[in-house]
Amino acid sequence: MDFTFELDEEQQLLRDEVRRFAEERIRPGTAERDKKHEFPEDILAEMAEMGLLGMMIDEDYDGPEMSPLTYAIAVEELAAVCPSVAVTMSVTNSVCCWPIQAFGTEALKKKILPELAAGGAIGGFGLTEPGSGSDAGSMKTVARQEGDEWVIDGEKAWITNGAYGKYFVVLARTSPGEGTRGISAFVVPSDTPGFRVGGSEEKMGLKASNTTALYFDGCRVPTDHLLGEEGAGFRIAMATLDHSRVGIAAQSVGIHRRALELAVSYAKERVQFGVPIAKHQAIQFKLATMATELEAARCLTYYAASRDGKPDAGRLASQAKLYASEAANRAAWEALQIHGGNGFCEDYEIARLYRDVRITTIYEGTSEMQRMVIARHVTR
Amino acid sequence: MHIELNDEQKMLRDEVRRFAEEVVKPIAKETDGDGIFPRDAMRQAGEMGLTGVAVPEEWDGAGMDVISYCIVIEEVSRVCGSSGVILSVNNSLVCDPLMKFANDEQKELFLKPLAAGRKLGCFALTEPGAGSDAAALRTTAVKDGDDYILNGNKVFITNGTDADVAIVFASVDLSLGHKGITAFVVPKETEGYSHGIHEYKLGVNGSGTTELAFEDMRIPAAWRLGEEGEGFKVAMSTLDGGRIGIAAQAVGIAQGAFEEAVSYAKEREQFGKPISSFQAIQHYLADMSTQLDAARLLTWKAAWAKMNKKRYSLEAAQAKLFASEMAQKVTNLAVQIHGGYGYIREYNVERYFRDARITEIYEGTSEIQKMVIAANILKD
Repeated sequence: MDFTFELDEEQQLLRDEVRRFAEERIRPGTAERDKKHEFPEDILAEMAEMGLLGMMIDEDYDGPEMSPLTYAIAVEELAAVCPSVAVTMSVTNSVCCWPIQAFGTEALKKKILPELAAGGAIGGFGLTEPGSGSDAGSMKTVARQEGDEWVIDGEKAWITNGAYGKYFVVLARTSPGEGTRGISAFVVPSDTPGFRVGGSEEKMGLKASNTTALYFDGCRVPTDHLLGEEGAGFRIAMATLDHSRVGIAAQSVGIHRRALELAVSYAKERVQFGVPIAKHQAIQFKLATMATELEAARCLTYYAASRDGKPDAGRLASQAKLYASEAANRAAWEALQIHGGNGFCEDYEIARLYRDVRITTIYEGTSEMQRMVIARHVTR
Repeated sequence: MHIELNDEQKMLRDEVRRFAEEVVKPIAKETDGDGIFPRDAMRQAGEMGLTGVAVPEEWDGAGMDVISYCIVIEEVSRVCGSSGVILSVNNSLVCDPLMKFANDEQKELFLKPLAAGRKLGCFALTEPGAGSDAAALRTTAVKDGDDYILNGNKVFITNGTDADVAIVFASVDLSLGHKGITAFVVPKETEGYSHGIHEYKLGVNGSGTTELAFEDMRIPAAWRLGEEGEGFKVAMSTLDGGRIGIAAQAVGIAQGAFEEAVSYAKEREQFGKPISSFQAIQHYLADMSTQLDAARLLTWKAAWAKMNKKRYSLEAAQAKLFASEMAQKVTNLAVQIHGGYGYIREYNVERYFRDARITEIYEGTSEIQKMVIAANILKD
């Protein structure tokens, strides 16, 4: 295969299809849903029909079996229109569907994946707790085996899709005192007795995505809901995050792209000192920097996605997530600056993007955690 | 998208790395410190085909692609920034315009020996009063029968002290502005051609930078490159390609500094442990590696666009802007990680730090790149 930066035909077609859908179906209500904190269930139902909620699920389980790069392209397109929809979709794809497909038993996959691939089910990932964020190994949620079942007790925090997820991949401690080696991963359906969802969090941004606590009170799941081996949960969680970081990088690229578009069009219209502000070199140079960093972020993201499964994929995913999220934050900041006072008013889309983008350097591993991962690779 | 070097490119990389380590690196300190032009090393580079990497074999070049050219410049710059720019100038600023604008006779006479490394070239555009504003040049070319008579001065000419052939830009009619500019190919033996003394510079001090003076220099019209008045186009399109070479040079310098920083951080002990075990140092290394990878991808993207006959002016400007600023940051952090030793000439990072500085200036300053990028994104 020849060296190329070009997307293949399938990727170009999907990009065009998602872009059209996002502009026609998602864009018109984005601002309103943000204001009302409204989760777009109807839009997600349409996305499920398009196969966007389980993009990488194999054809054996009714999925479209698309590549991680194709998935990243779809996330970018959605994020350029509505970052809330993008994160809802990316969480389902990469931290719910992916670990189930990679680590679930055949029976479990047959039972659950078709519903996630095409049945409209949304998923989530329960790793974080009130007292364990970056230090995931210190979690307090426990699971103990009783006969044919695992019984889970504990609490998870800031879970994306909490109130709407039908399936959650949940991490719990199965051997006390064994640190990261004593953690196991389970699939918990939301209708399991003992499972309860907390109230929706009031967030700074991504207001049309849903974030809640999850409570487990003697919550019982069958033994085949265990992913991988007992004690393999931490490794599964880390592999899942390696994989999903490309999705957040792609979300950042989408937001960055939109911030640049808004800044360019505002700069061409807004007249000060008798000329559009785009004629002023200070504004031109901001735009040039934003455009260059966008291209750098996109190259890192697509490259990381295209290397999925290769030995350097983990480092590349962390590099992409670190760079793309920080560059997108800078871009949103500069785009708002170019908008002046108008940018500070919620009538302008850039105000929402500025709030939405802030989380990208935090969730699915803070920038600081990405640097730790990258440093481990490069000093090895 | 498929970004992976093919077997030929990997073999080239290994071969050039060996050459760089064995031939260029041992003399890199004196090349820079004493300002000694590395003639023998460059002659050997010519024998290996590194002076005309992308020139077709029929014109005595190596007949490789633009990605291969980037690999050559990166690998040589990884040990010696001076040698990197010497080769970049001969390849991008001399062979490239000859390939594109010279007739077969001129190619036979000039391109062949330059591509094969039997001769060395330089590019004479900049003047004391015409830097970024190249169209303001004052060197004149007056038609006299079948000849032109050139008068004027050029400054900051890389390879100038050792070049056998110069591409010279002069105006046939100063009142026409950039439309009067015309390009010529001039051998150094021509009467009226002289070069000044070696300029001692902050960095890349071995690259033979000097002034050129043309005093009633009579040359046949057969040495004119392209048409009268086409010179500005020749210069600008050449610089588009040259920027890819400088981006690759910046990546190489930063890669060299990064590798020194990693190995120093693992060896150097403070507070009873290697400084690579401190988070502050780890995070420096993570940022350095992330930005290096992003810069390399942008450089390869511009190279890929050029070799596939796509427009690449924007891509080359972004690659050059990003890579040169990256190199400044990465070499600065490499010095910081080395502490006091990084400030001492005995350690290579001191040289890398100085060498990186010029990449933000020559072949179009960062400010010029931003103007090019902004013009591209604001055009419609």
